[in-house]
Amino acid sequence: MNSPKLTACFRFAKTCSRQGGLHTRPRGAVRWPVLMAIPLGLGGCIQVNAPDEAIVIELNINIRQEVIYQLAADVRDNIDENPDIF
Amino acid sequence: MPTSMRTNATNFAKAGLLGLTALSFAMPTAAMAQRDPAYAAARANGAIGEKMDGYLGVVGNQDASIRKLVADLNIKRRANYTQRAQSQNATIEEYAFTQGCVLINRTQPGEKYQAPGGNWQTRGAGAPQRDPRCP
Repeated sequence: MNSPKLTACFRFAKTCSRQGGLHTRPRGAVRWPVLMAIPLGLGGCIQVNAPDEAIVIELNINIRQEVIYQLAADVRDNIDENPDIF
Repeated sequence: MPTSMRTNATNFAKAGLLGLTALSFAMPTAAMAQRDPAYAAARANGAIGEKMDGYLGVVGNQDASIRKLVADLNIKRRANYTQRAQSQNATIEEYAFTQGCVLINRTQPGEKYQAPGGNWQTRGAGAPQRDPRCP
């Protein structure tokens, strides 16, 4: 009975640490959290200085492609609902 | 049955039939009107084609009636894309592009469509050439 609980905790722990890593990565510009984080032993994460612009462009491409795939179903309905203009 | 009564009955039946026919005509035109015959003919003979951007295009030199047909339908399409894109939280261009992908996919053999290079192609038996971003 105890073992499922334990595995659940492990999963949560993994997700949390992953998210923490993502959040701290693009933090180059903000200095205050950096100072606060050093005593917590997260100094290593802060060294990674990813260029912000590159991340933004990549996200835009992903969203566009995703939107097109999400629209596919509505677009097919649209043809059925308006056969006179298609 | 007297003759007058019979004619009355037939008249009543006729009126009912007429009413039904009128109803059956009125309902589909509101909900699911089919392609205008001139539009269907222009598609079939390759005078117009489906473009990648989700709108119709005039293939080569066509007379004014064909150009007007295309312009009118494209105005209706744009109004439709504007409305549907808004309800889907997408841009008009994204919606129109996706619509173009599916419309090109649904062209019948012999109809024209725009290939990713921009040139007109005649749809064959196989799959059409489409933009790699198409779903």
